Amino acid sequence: MSTATLDAPASTNGKKLENLETVVIRFCGDSGDGMQSVGTQMTNASAIFGNDVRTFPDFPAEIRAPAGSLFGVSGYQLCFSNHDIFTPGDAVDTLVAMNPAALKTNIEDLKRGGTLIVNEEEFNKSGLQKALYDANPLDNETLMAKFRVHKVPMTRLNRDAVEGLGLSLKGADMCRNFFALGLVYWLYDRDPKPTEDFIRAKFAKKPDVVEANLRSLRAGMNYGFSTESFTVHYHVPPAKLPAGKYRKITGNEAVAMGLAVMAKLSGKTVVFSGYPITPASDILHDLSAFKHFGVKTFQAEDEIAAMAACVGSAFAGELAVTASSGPGICLKGEAMGLGMMTELPMVIIDVQRGGPSTGLPTKTEQSDLLLAMYGRNGESPLPIIAASGPGDCFSTIQEAFRIATEFMCPVIFLSDGYIANGAEPWRIPKVEELPRLNVEHITAANGQNGEYLPYKRNEKLARPWAKPGTKGLEHRIGGLEKKDVTGNIDYSPKNHQHMTNTRAAKIANIASFIPEQKVDGPASGKVLVVSWGGTFGAVRTAVQKAQAAGKSVAHAHVKYMNPLPRNLGTILKSYEKVLVPELNCGQLRLLLRNQYLVDAQGYNKIEGKPFLVNELINVINEFHG
Amino acid sequence: MSVDLPTVPVQPLQSKDFASDQEVRWCPRCGDYSILAQMKKVLPTLGIPKEKFCFVSGIGCSSRFPYYVNTYGLHGIHGRAPAIATGVKLANPELQVWVITGDGDALSIGGNHFLHAIRRNIDMKIILFNNQIYGLTKGQYSPTSPLGQKSKSTPYGSVDHPLTPLSVAIGAEATFVARSVDVDIKHLTMVLERAAHHKGTAFVEVYQDCNVFNNGAFSYATEKETRSDSIVYLEQGKPLIFGKNREKGVRVAEGNRVEIVQLGGDIKEDDLLFHDEKAPEPSLAFLLSRMRYPEFPEPMGVFRDVDRTTYDESVTRQVDAARAKLGEGDVEKLLNSGDTWFVN
Ligand SMILES: Cc1ncc(C[n+]2csc(CCOP(=O)(O)OP(=O)(O)O)c2C)c(N)n1
Ligand code: SF4
Ligand SMILES: [Mg+2]
Repeated sequence: MSTATLDAPASTNGKKLENLETVVIRFCGDSGDGMQSVGTQMTNASAIFGNDVRTFPDFPAEIRAPAGSLFGVSGYQLCFSNHDIFTPGDAVDTLVAMNPAALKTNIEDLKRGGTLIVNEEEFNKSGLQKALYDANPLDNETLMAKFRVHKVPMTRLNRDAVEGLGLSLKGADMCRNFFALGLVYWLYDRDPKPTEDFIRAKFAKKPDVVEANLRSLRAGMNYGFSTESFTVHYHVPPAKLPAGKYRKITGNEAVAMGLAVMAKLSGKTVVFSGYPITPASDILHDLSAFKHFGVKTFQAEDEIAAMAACVGSAFAGELAVTASSGPGICLKGEAMGLGMMTELPMVIIDVQRGGPSTGLPTKTEQSDLLLAMYGRNGESPLPIIAASGPGDCFSTIQEAFRIATEFMCPVIFLSDGYIANGAEPWRIPKVEELPRLNVEHITAANGQNGEYLPYKRNEKLARPWAKPGTKGLEHRIGGLEKKDVTGNIDYSPKNHQHMTNTRAAKIANIASFIPEQKVDGPASGKVLVVSWGGTFGAVRTAVQKAQAAGKSVAHAHVKYMNPLPRNLGTILKSYEKVLVPELNCGQLRLLLRNQYLVDAQGYNKIEGKPFLVNELINVINEFHG
Repeated sequence: MSVDLPTVPVQPLQSKDFASDQEVRWCPRCGDYSILAQMKKVLPTLGIPKEKFCFVSGIGCSSRFPYYVNTYGLHGIHGRAPAIATGVKLANPELQVWVITGDGDALSIGGNHFLHAIRRNIDMKIILFNNQIYGLTKGQYSPTSPLGQKSKSTPYGSVDHPLTPLSVAIGAEATFVARSVDVDIKHLTMVLERAAHHKGTAFVEVYQDCNVFNNGAFSYATEKETRSDSIVYLEQGKPLIFGKNREKGVRVAEGNRVEIVQLGGDIKEDDLLFHDEKAPEPSLAFLLSRMRYPEFPEPMGVFRDVDRTTYDESVTRQVDAARAKLGEGDVEKLLNSGDTWFVN
């Protein structure tokens, strides 16, 4: 990281302002400490300033774990930079720890020489006990010598700042997170205006709370400015991102917006049926506010009902979609099979989380790929498409519907907890540039004798979509095996073979209607790294760094998981070795080995955490030899 | 995109217009045939064009029903028909949706969906073919089989306390609840017609004879010699009277119980329980649903028929209200919502 010292003008209280390229900050504290909130504010402020930003919110599954406990620690990491970045960073430059538990669970990730800001008043007997510390770590000189430590009496300073507003002590302490944020704003030279606007809007009905939070924020900034403990602060200039208008977006937001926009532009109704589950629930929340775009939302009694309702809505001729996570996707399996057998278009969103069973509800993982591939009875292939990051969800969810309606089949859309909750700056597309979903419903009988043949296929092997209410096209379909063309029940051996083959061929043939796989790096060489889904950023960064270090390595990030891109086999064979890093035990690797007989090797991690760039660089280097 | 409102077709439809080209595959003399025949009688009388009907079913002998009606139809998966139908109705509230289900389908595997469809009062008709047995899987006992019933899976008799479908529906606050018997042609037609005209979830239990695996389960309610003593017809505003010579009545006794009384002597018709399907509270309907053979004659007819806003109506209203308040969704505005900034 290069630094340049600027001359310090008088207005800076004699403090130096240094330029930095990239900074990683992590706020951590109790789940009630408002860490997600200040993390989001810092992200907004940095994005609005023009940095490229990536975030990694990491919170416990418990809503209000006992205060001060180790498992109740909630963290929010963000990385902002003066150039484009793909990950929220590995090691942390500045760690804000609001209590001993937060320090204990996060200190390992702080760089040597990094900045540690703690609320020292929480390092009292009870706080230390709850964090299972025998001795105060702030007194541990060997530990503290590794960092630039700022012990700040935040509670007291913050209470002083809001004094006179008539807040209870508890109310005053609720603003402490903004004190901490203010201090970090000073340290990283951030404009507080977007946050001040946020505070005014958020608490508009409670003027005293607005005032208190504004004062806390200011007090934090002033503390950095005036105390001697801080001698330097830092500036990260704006990044040179592609020109355009930007906003910040999370994966779940992008999915919901993508669906609302699609409903409006296609003139169809999006019928979303779902059952709440972390980390997919926000899609339901967001969509339920988009009614005026032509979106209907249905909170079903369970995931089975949600999936069944999708089949019903699709049969009725509208754009059916559901979202869940692993446990819910398991429940949907049977009704997904009905959707595939009745050959109706719908999209199933799986926001993957740590499994198996209830697993790690708030942590990320990529372990549902094989569930998506094979998690239904019988021969029941479905197209699968995976988003690579938050912003990518917007167009990918619409692409899922293009495939579903063009080929008349359910499509599985894979996201994950990291994509769903992570935020990044997103270049707002122009409305004219957005794809239009072209849906055709058959309006007249297609049989020779004026009858409707629901399983008479077109050149893409897709069957027609008749909307109930259309005269003359009354027909009955269901999950029993159908006779080709007529759709009547038919259990005869040759027909079942034929229909099984046809359904498989229809899905396989989608490969001709999706883009070819692209490779970042040389078209042939020593190592090809293949990744998919939310690991895109870490893998791309690691590969680029390895390339810069002279390694013969290329990167293929796969979006179309089934069918795989038609040129992928050729690509895989153009390199001596293939490495597949995944946050699972080797699911894509299994598919690649199976389909292409390639000796792909894996790097697999199941910690509920995303890959670190450095970890991948080491793996690539070792693999490269 | 909008579908025309139901209009009376130019040529009045007839029963045969609703016959599909599929061969009906139920066992000979299965009670399902009669229900199908009465349904085909009722549908043309409703003034709704054929293409505006959608039949949805689960899995079971009964659930084959949609294949035999020439309307839109969806043969679903076991137990999930109410959920599938909810999706249909959400996507297109203008369709008249009928759910066909069995006792196992609706009350065992699909119990959850059954309850929730009813409590939401989605505008759909749910017709439960109760044969007190799993027909399609060849004769296991079901959640409505009486205690002691011998079946393939209960060679020593069932020890499983049965559910009363009507009590369940009333408990879930159904707005329309009725019962009839497969072979009581006129009554069944009347009940199906009433269900068709109800706005909201209309639940109808039909006693259906599975002559292969549970032959005669309802003979008490269908045979000439026994029926007049073992069923009592419900008529709005009328006292509950039954018996060969209409000599017996049902009265509410102390403790909110029902009792059977002999008419004549001290007891007049006026002392009897008068049926009120519109009662605001479901307690009367529930009480009636608890009357089980052989202790009591089993009520037949409409137990309850009250008005409540339907779920699909409310959904549509919310969408309309959102559009009125916020205007038509503006894509440009949505994309540009929240904090934005320019990069040059
Ligand atoms: C998920 C699932 N489990 C089990 C079955 C097997 N099965 C089919 S129908 C049925 C019971 C049907 O009984 P009921 O609903 O009373 O209908 P009936 O055949 O009596 O009309 C069962 C257990 C199935 N098709 N799907
Ligand atoms: S098994 Fe019973 S219910 Fe099924 S078709 Fe035969 S008689 Fe009817
Ligand atoms: Mg049955």
